[in-house]
Order: sequence, then C-alpha cells, then structure tokens
Amino acid sequence: MRITRLAATLGALTMALAVAACGGDDEGSGSGSSGAKGIEGKAAGGKLVIGVKADQPGLGLQSGSTYTGFDVEIGKIIAKGLGVPESGIEWKTTVSANREPYIQQGQVDIVVATYTINDERKKVVNFAGPYFIAGQDLLVPTNSTITGPESLAGKRVCSVSGSTPAKRIQTEYKDAKLQQFDTYSKCVTALAGGQVDAVTTDDIILAGYAAQDQYAGKFKVVGKPFSEEPYGIGLKKDDSAGCNKINDILKAAATDGSYKKAWDDTLGKSGTAAPELDASKLSNCA
Amino acid sequence: MDVFSDPANRDVYITGFLWILKLTLAGGVGALVLGVLLAAMRVSPVPVLRGFGTAWVNIFRNTPLTLIIFFCYFGLFSTLGLSLADDIDLNNFWLGVVGLSVYTAAFVCEAIRSGINTVPPGQAEAARAIGMSFRQTLTIIVLPQAGRAVIAPLGSILIALCKNSTIVGTIGLMESSNAMKDLINANGDAVIPIFLVFAGTFAVVLIPTGYAFGWLANRLAVKR
Repeated sequence: MRITRLAATLGALTMALAVAACGGDDEGSGSGSSGAKGIEGKAAGGKLVIGVKADQPGLGLQSGSTYTGFDVEIGKIIAKGLGVPESGIEWKTTVSANREPYIQQGQVDIVVATYTINDERKKVVNFAGPYFIAGQDLLVPTNSTITGPESLAGKRVCSVSGSTPAKRIQTEYKDAKLQQFDTYSKCVTALAGGQVDAVTTDDIILAGYAAQDQYAGKFKVVGKPFSEEPYGIGLKKDDSAGCNKINDILKAAATDGSYKKAWDDTLGKSGTAAPELDASKLSNCA
Repeated sequence: MDVFSDPANRDVYITGFLWILKLTLAGGVGALVLGVLLAAMRVSPVPVLRGFGTAWVNIFRNTPLTLIIFFCYFGLFSTLGLSLADDIDLNNFWLGVVGLSVYTAAFVCEAIRSGINTVPPGQAEAARAIGMSFRQTLTIIVLPQAGRAVIAPLGSILIALCKNSTIVGTIGLMESSNAMKDLINANGDAVIPIFLVFAGTFAVVLIPTGYAFGWLANRLAVKR
C-alpha cells in the first residue's frame, strides 16, 4: 500500500517536472525562431513534403521508391532554393482528385503534379508559377486519320474520370464518345488494343507515354493543342510569402540554367526543346 | 451543401446513383438466376454438374471483384471482342453486369444450398415416393421451401451487391464513386460534405432495404 502510494507520488512528480521542462523548451525555441510560417518555416527545419504524380512518364513516375520526371526536378529546384537538401525531401504520391485536400490537411507542403491553375482551385489553394504551359492534345495511333479535336465526332476518346481534359470533351466536343478510366495507363492500354481511337490530356503527358519503350513508333501526338493549361505549384491558401518565394526561386532557375537542365534531363529526351519560363506570368500568388 | 445547389453537380450525383441502381437490379436478377441454377447443379445427382457448380463457386467467390470487373473489360471486351452495346456507357454497364452477376451468383448459390439443407429430407423422399423426377422434386417441393428460408441472407447479398456496384467505376462507368471523384476534383473545398452526401445516400437506400428483407423473412418463413 505504502509502496504504491510512494510510486504514485513519484510518478506524478516526474510527470509534473517533465511537463514543466517541455513548456520551458517550447518557449525557448518559440522566441528564438524568426517566426516564419508556411513552407519557409517548414523548410527551415530541413524537411519538405512534396506531392507528385506517380504514373506519368517524363513528368512524375515512381519506380520502386524513387520518383523521376520534370515535375520531380522542379520540386528539387524549389527545395534547393528553400535550403532543403535532397535527402530532406519526402515525396508523396498525389492523384488528380486528392491534391487540394492534401494541401489543406497539410499532408504535403507543396504539390508539383501537372497541376493546372484555375479559378476554382485558386479558391482553396495558392499557386506559384506557372512553370510550364501545357495544352490539351490527342494521342492517336500512328496511322490514325484524327487531325484534331474537330475530327472526333463519333470517335471513342479516353481520359481520366474527373479530370479537366475529360470535362472539356464532355462539354465542348459532345459528339465524341468519352470512355473514362481512373488512370491514363488504362487509357493507353485501351488505345493499344484498339478499343478507343484517341487518348486526350495535356500534350506533355501524352508525349511521355508515346516515348515509352513498349509503345515506341505506335502512337503519335496530334500536335494541335486546344487549351492552355498553366502548370502551377500548389501550396496552402494563406502562405503568400512562400508562394512569392517559390516564384523567386523559379525566376532564378530560369536564368541560371537549372530549369533548362531539368527539362533536358527528362522531357527533353523526346527531342522537344526546352520551353522559355515567362517571368511576367508568375503572378498567381494570392 | 452549396455544391449540390449547382444543377450540373446535382446531375452528376443523380446519374451516378441511377447507374448504381440499374447495376444492382440487373446484377441482382442475373445473380439470382445463375445462383439458383448453380445451386441446382450442386445438389444434382450428375457428378459433372456438381463439379462445375463447385468449381464456379470456389473460383469466383475467392477472386477479388475488382479483378473480375477488370477482366470483363480488358479480357472479354478488349481481347476477345465481346461488345455488348455500341454506346460506351452502356457497353461498360453490361460488362459490369456480367462481372457482378458471375461473382454474386457464387454467393447466391451458397445461400440457396444452405436453404436446401433446412428442408427436411423427408420432403424430398416423399416427393420421390409419389414418382416425381429430380427436376420436379427440386422446383415444386424443395426450392420453394428453401427460398423462403434464405430471404434474409439473400437480402444481405443484395446489399453487398449494391455497394459492390461501385467497382464498375474501374472500367469507366460514371457511377457514384466516379461521380464523387468528379465532384471532389472540381470542388476541393467541399470534400467532407460531398463524401457525407454520397455515403449517406447509400445508408438511406440500404438500411430500409435491410429492414424490408428482415420483415419479409419473418412473414414468409416456413414455420416448422
């Protein structure tokens, strides 16, 4: 009986001390930091969680535990600009539908995942960039007669359910028959099998698929983009400072050649010359 | 809930659940017919038929439904060229119905077989004694009694089938789960309300279904 009481008292004392110690610690670090919030504050700790696509060759492709592609390189440039070493980056797979929730919930710090800037999304997240301007295009078999979106009437077109390209086909090209899958790889498989006549999404995503070894020479990108998809870097809505900081990093990357290198190492392998990063368009930060 | 005040969004939501309803009905009818046939095979005196029924149940009951639905598109349609309709949505719908029926029939078969076990052997013996054939014994004497004993389990299977129907989204039908993804992608600020409405709709439809089957089971049970 006495022993238990003693133990309880000791336990309570220890806990009280521990709590007091913790409190003291917190105060110390709180007053010591510069007070930066958002990604800059996170980056100061040497860590950054970046959301990327995992199934888009040339842009964001996961093989094993490593990610490769243009988006991934852009993510590395930003991390470097924020002072985060490559070992401090945690890559996280995002799909089209979970990018906003991931940012809002803080599961990722930034998203670099073929993320088109648009007004609806701007209501919930902040966009740095655009770092690249893509356009919706069509991927067709090499011998196809499809020459652009206007020749899609009665043809079967495949895209990912819930994506912007799918929506555009539904609303603007109603004569096309839309097949929707949850991934583009299923669409490309269906295209290879002849169940659909075309796959539609942004041109560089399609170029990435066309350049895959197993499809080499079988598909071509039509090359008549019929939309403008400015790719941005998503981050928390209230993080204006972080947003402007990323834009500065992008500007610097355009002048010091690391942007061009990122392109040449990834999508540039398909033979397309590196795009110019237009600094005057970096104006989406809220 | 202002997401659903937009008529376009409401349309997506309604279409999604209409597909689920149609899949459940068509799949349910298919599964019931197939399941009864399979159950008849499994209790029949012909070894080949018994083997066929057993194989069917063991294969499809133990294969993930996602794989079966996926096979319906990329196997039956893509590779073997089985096209069930010209319209893309309809084709995917019927391919989905095939997959759902084939899968759910395995469970229906087992439920009915357990129902047959509740019918006292004397019933079948008496039927045989007055000269009925196997088919007559089964369809006139045994199955009607067995059917009334398995209404509650069949209700559970129907509820499972309704929820399983969302898997047809994997081959591109704009059913509820795809509709939900669609809405969430366009309205990233309303993820939780959208989710709750979709989950809630299933509950609102399925909870009364469960009670209805329970009530029916009580009403129609063979009192022994």
